[in-house]
Amino acid sequence: MSAVRVRAALLTLLLGATAAPSQAETIKVMIDRLVYVPTEIEAKPGDEIEWINKDALVHTATVKGGADVLIPAKRSGRLLLKESGSFDYICRYHPNMKGRITVRP
Amino acid sequence: MTIRLTTAAAAIALIFAANGALGADKPTDPQIAHIAYTAGVLDIEAAKQAIATSKNKAVVEFAETMVRDHEAVNSQALDLVKKLNVTPEDNDTSKALSQAAEAKRQELAKLTGAEFDKAYVEHEVAYHKQVNGALETMLIPAAQNGELKSLLETGLKLFQGHQQHAEHVATELK
Repeated sequence: MSAVRVRAALLTLLLGATAAPSQAETIKVMIDRLVYVPTEIEAKPGDEIEWINKDALVHTATVKGGADVLIPAKRSGRLLLKESGSFDYICRYHPNMKGRITVRP
Repeated sequence: MTIRLTTAAAAIALIFAANGALGADKPTDPQIAHIAYTAGVLDIEAAKQAIATSKNKAVVEFAETMVRDHEAVNSQALDLVKKLNVTPEDNDTSKALSQAAEAKRQELAKLTGAEFDKAYVEHEVAYHKQVNGALETMLIPAAQNGELKSLLETGLKLFQGHQQHAEHVATELK
């Protein structure tokens, strides 16, 4: 690879690196005694949700026909949001646990 | 079948009501720990029977959750009694619960397929209803230790969820 091409590639990497992630956020949702807190969150595409499970029980964040994130006991689980829309989710193991994510561009 | 299920539920209700009515015989913390632990173990055994017998995905998934959750809560309970240096104490309520569970296990062992699924899930609804009632009206109010009370309260919330989950599976089976 020539020096010019390397420089060009580096520049692309740097620009790419500065453009997207600076805007994306990690949104934290706590799980405490079988409740998602906060229950409803707003986000934008590129954001990531981190569920932090304080319970001694395994939970999930599951969108019907969509994402299914396993959140082990006393651990966390993450989901990268790609599309806009409003998504209701539940815990597959404890279907009375309910939350909603609204993704707006 | 419905009559037999109702009888089992009524038997459990009576056991708890009798204990509650005695007033002075309110269970002690070591007895409460034993009752709560036993109730969990019995539900795990019932769930294992369902996992081995049922071919229904919703029923098996529900039973797997029962095993996972009750094992997690019982392990917390064991950690707590160890920390508090309490020895769980066997008592009439625990014994009656175990006897009722054994009778139910034998009854369910005679069933297969959809009949088994329906009977198991209906029993899970009734069982959680009764245990939750006992937690609310007898075990939680009687618990003296704050940490034990708090664990029972978390358990109640979880088991109320189990009851709703079982009710939902029961509707799907109809």
